[in-house]
Order: sequence, then structure tokens, then C-alpha cells
Amino acid sequence: MKSSTLIRLASQSILRNRMRSILTMLGIIIGVAAVIVMVAVGYGARSRIHEQINNLGTNMIVITPGASTTGGVSQGAQAFATLTVEDADKIRNESQNVAAVSPVIVSRSQVIAPGGNWRTMINGVDTDYQMIRAWQTDSGTFFGPDDVFAARSVAILGRTVAQRLFADSNPVGQEIQIAALRFKVTGVLAPKGQTASGSDSDDVILIPYTTAATRLTGKPRIPQILASTASEGELSAAQDEIKTLLRESHHITGDDEDDFTVRNQTDLATAAESSTRVMTLLMAAIASISLLVGGIGIMNIMLVSVTERTREIGIRLALGARGSDVLTQFLVESIVMGVLGGIGGLVLGITSAKVLAHFTGWETTISPLVMIIAVGFSGAVGVFFGFYPAQKAAALRPIEALRYE
Amino acid sequence: MNDIVIQTDKITKTYGSGTTEVHALSNVDLTIRRGELAAIMGASGSGKSTLMNLLGCLDTPTSGSYTLDGVRVDGLGKNELARIRNEKLGFVFQGFNLLARTSAVENVELPMLYDRSGRKRDTRALAVAALERVGLGSRLDHQPSELSGGQQQRVAIARALVTEPALVLADEPTGNLDTHTSIEVMALFQQLNEQGITIVVVTHEPDVAVYATRIIQLRDGQICRDEPVKNPQTAARDLEKLDRSSA
Repeated sequence: MKSSTLIRLASQSILRNRMRSILTMLGIIIGVAAVIVMVAVGYGARSRIHEQINNLGTNMIVITPGASTTGGVSQGAQAFATLTVEDADKIRNESQNVAAVSPVIVSRSQVIAPGGNWRTMINGVDTDYQMIRAWQTDSGTFFGPDDVFAARSVAILGRTVAQRLFADSNPVGQEIQIAALRFKVTGVLAPKGQTASGSDSDDVILIPYTTAATRLTGKPRIPQILASTASEGELSAAQDEIKTLLRESHHITGDDEDDFTVRNQTDLATAAESSTRVMTLLMAAIASISLLVGGIGIMNIMLVSVTERTREIGIRLALGARGSDVLTQFLVESIVMGVLGGIGGLVLGITSAKVLAHFTGWETTISPLVMIIAVGFSGAVGVFFGFYPAQKAAALRPIEALRYE
Repeated sequence: MNDIVIQTDKITKTYGSGTTEVHALSNVDLTIRRGELAAIMGASGSGKSTLMNLLGCLDTPTSGSYTLDGVRVDGLGKNELARIRNEKLGFVFQGFNLLARTSAVENVELPMLYDRSGRKRDTRALAVAALERVGLGSRLDHQPSELSGGQQQRVAIARALVTEPALVLADEPTGNLDTHTSIEVMALFQQLNEQGITIVVVTHEPDVAVYATRIIQLRDGQICRDEPVKNPQTAARDLEKLDRSSA
């Protein structure tokens, strides 16, 4: 039989039992829609995380003190404050691949301005920090090398801090008080939005690290050094170089473990992505179960249909249809049902994902590959669950089928 | 051209085995030549349905040989039998056995869908021609539910003819029809038979058998009588008489 004839026969039979066919396909429709929505949300979450990690800065390397393990006992990073300003200087002066280096001295403090007060993060950084984080100033300017050298009391405000302390007025040139010290505001940073962990990137004040070390915290040790390379290609060479330099300056030799950790943003991205991938897979797996249930629905209805149409099968066999003709006819019917359900599910899934994105603000991404897989898979469900009923039909003996009432 | 359409040699069909063995048909020798309009008669249980199933290649004999239109049929597999049914046989059943909710033309096209010879034919044109041949040229797109019993049976006859089979097998073709329509159907068979089509009608009604050119009587699975009819009644003439008396 021609394939066009087969498809026509299948559609006729599906249309004849419209209500039953729709209910049968509903299982597949819901299953496919669920898979599409889950994967769309999962992909959306991943691309958002990716974006946020890129937002941290380009080709960024994060150096934190503390070994990942000490004598077999895993230690949290920053367990020991082993990094010093000299380490940052050494990297800046001796590394071939690193383009920018900045220590980061983190503290939290109450900040008082004429217009209000606010508790926020005070980051002591070097001028390179601006380049590493790719962070522009909206108004005013970033502090310069001489401000760092002289440990001047200058501050750059994050957008959130600027709004909290000065509301609508321009903070540049104004004075603020951080932990009883007076600082002059020289600039306001462009907004960066949320970090990957959900906290506000813009809730921060940047001051020269020299100022932070000598006047705020009073500690010579620093909790973090940020570095960046000119391009992504130099990232791993730079990481190796930093490790060698720091081992040298920390007098670590032979097989002794590092007392610091060097990571780049790709590692961060991978870690974050793998956790969302697991979530996406889990959700897709749960959604697939409904697809399975939908398939069982198809099988059930096809079995009923074969019994109902025993006489028709008998007529076809008597007129010269082979078992394989009957098998194909019923198989095509269940495949058409599966594929139609798949397409219906696709439409419902895309619509739901759009609606969800609209109301929750979650980003959803639907890749064409997922669509093809979803429809293909529902067709495969049709084959798998349609095969047994179709085979049952094909195995009927013509005289018995003809006599069936 | 081979003149013999059906030739069976000691064809036997046994159901069950051991003590429950039933000989539905035993050692039947039957030869039917091209152009015959034979009636196979017998009471229920005489084995005529079994014979019909064997002749129609719907079932296989337990022993004995069967040659249909020059082809040894016994011992063929399911798929070969399907092909034989498609190419050499046309069926007309008691219950019409048309596909419901399917137009007359599509019903008649059905056997051609399963044609495996690979030849290209205009199946619709052939189906229309077959329907015109049985006088249903104006009912092409009617569904079985929109047709009378006689018309449905004529669609079934058109379906049996459309593949130009060597043999048309009719199993109680008038069983579900009233007298007038029964005679109409037999008139159609006679007309087709005059055009050279070999027809075997299985029936238990003597009223139907009178139109055949040969009557084969079965009893207990064996042929008990097989004789040609010298001057069979003409169904068309009977129909006229019937119409005149009722008018």
C-alpha cells in the first residue's frame, strides 16, 4: 500500500472517533508539553547563570587563600589568610599572561551620608579591578594609581548604595562616613544586577585596597586576589603561572599542597551549570513519566480499536491484505496519533513556557532540537505502544475475523 | 488457456484431533470449468462452509490437493494465499461485509489497494466502471448505511468483480435479502455469468439454486449429488413475472 493511502486511512480512522482520539492524544500532549516546559525553564536557568557569570568579569581568575585539602581533611577556602599584597604585586610584575591584578579586601560596615545611612560591603581594590570586572562608572571617575599609592580616602559607590544614601541627588563630590572615617565619593558604578547566588552586585562600595588595609581592617593579609587575562586562550596558562609564582613566594616545594586556590570563572560556570543540569534532567525525567502514561493510553485504545474492527480486518484479509498490511495500517494509526499528540504538546508546551516566562519573569529557552526530539519521541512512543495491538490485529485468521460479531 | 478453474483431489478438512476429531470434509473431488455458474448446496453441518473456506483460500486443507486457475494452492503460506485471494478470487458474503462509513467507490477500490503486481492502474476509474456494471453508477459516493440491502450486495459484487478474478465465490449471497432482491441478485449473477465469469454460489435455498447451471449437493462432508441443470430458470424473466403479479 502506498504511504499516502496508509496515512489517509489512519487519519480517517482517527477522525471517526474524534473524542476518543483526542482523549488518547491528551496523554501525549500533556507529557510532551511537560517535557518542553521543564527543559525550557532549565535551559533558561542555565543561560541566566551563564550570563551572570560573564557579568562577573571577562576571563577572570579568582585566587583565594587556603588549600582545598589539608592532610586529607577538606578545608573551606579562606580558612587561612595566606595571601598578601606582595603576592598580588608579584603576579602583576612577573606573570607573562596576566593582564590585570587586584587584591580584594572585603569588610562590612555602616556607611553614613547626609541623606541617610546604610550597611554595605566595602571592597578594597586596586585600579585594575575596574578592568577585571568590566565595570564602568556611570558618573564621576574611578580612582587612579596615585589614590591607591597614597591610600587616599576616596570611594566609588555601587548603584544601590548611591540610591540608598543620596536618593536622586548626584553623590559625586559629596562626603560619606565609613566606620568613622570620611571618604570622598569620586564616582558611581553602572548597575550590574543580581549575582549568580541572588545577592545584589550593586550593593557595594569600592575603595583603594591600601586604604582598606591600613585604615579600615588593619590587617596585612587579604582574602582574595582577582586577576584577568587579555583573552580566554591565556586563561589556563595564566592559572598555571600564578600557581608557580605563589608556590615560590609561599616557599612550597615538592609534593606539598598549595595553601591557596586558583579558579577561573569557567570552573564557577561549570559547577553552577552542572547543578542546574541535574535539576533539568530530574524534571524532564518526571515529565517523561507522563509521556509513558500517555503511551500506555495509546496502547489501550489501539487494543480496543483492534477488537472493535475485527470484522474490518477480516474483510481486508479476505480481499488479499497480508498480515503485514494490517500491521502497518494499525501501526501508522498509532504513530499518527503519537505525532499529532507530540505536535499538540509542542504547541501547548511553547505556549505554557511563554506564559510562565511572562508571569514569573523566568527566562525560558526552547531550542529547535528539543522540539524535534519531543515530536520524534512521541512518534516513537506511538511505534512502541502501537506495535503489540497492531501485531494482534495482523495475527488474526481471516475466517475467524470475518465471523466475529 | 486452462479451461479448469477449480480442481480438488481428495480434499479433506479435519477439525480437532483424537477422540474429538471431526471430519468436516472428506475426500472431495470437485472440478469446475470456466464459465460455470455452480451452486453448492447442503444443510448446515454438511461441510459447505468448510468447502467454501477452502475454495476461497481462507483456510488450508488437512490433506488432498487443490488447484485454482492452474496454481497449486494447498501448502502455500499465509502471504501467498493472500496474494491468490487478491488476484484470483472475488468474494460476495451473506452479510455484505462492506466497510462502514466508507463510500461505495472506496469499498470497491479496496482489493486494488492490496494489489502486489506493481502495475499502475486508475483504481477509482476501475471501481466506477465496476459499479456501473452492477447498475450503481449513480450511487458512487453513498455509504453502506445509505444503501438498501440489495444495493449493498451489488457494491459487494462490484468489489468482487473489479480485480477480474478467475472465480467469484458467493457465500449465501441472498441470505439477508427478501425474495425480490434475491432474484435481482441472481439475475445479476446470471448476467455476469453470460459475460464469461465463473461463479460458485454456496446456498441452502433451493429457490436460489434453480438459477445455477450446475448443482452440487453436499452431505456429511461428501458430495452426494453433482449434476448439470439442463435449462436453468432465467432470473430476469422471473423478476418480470413477479413485478407483473404484484402490479
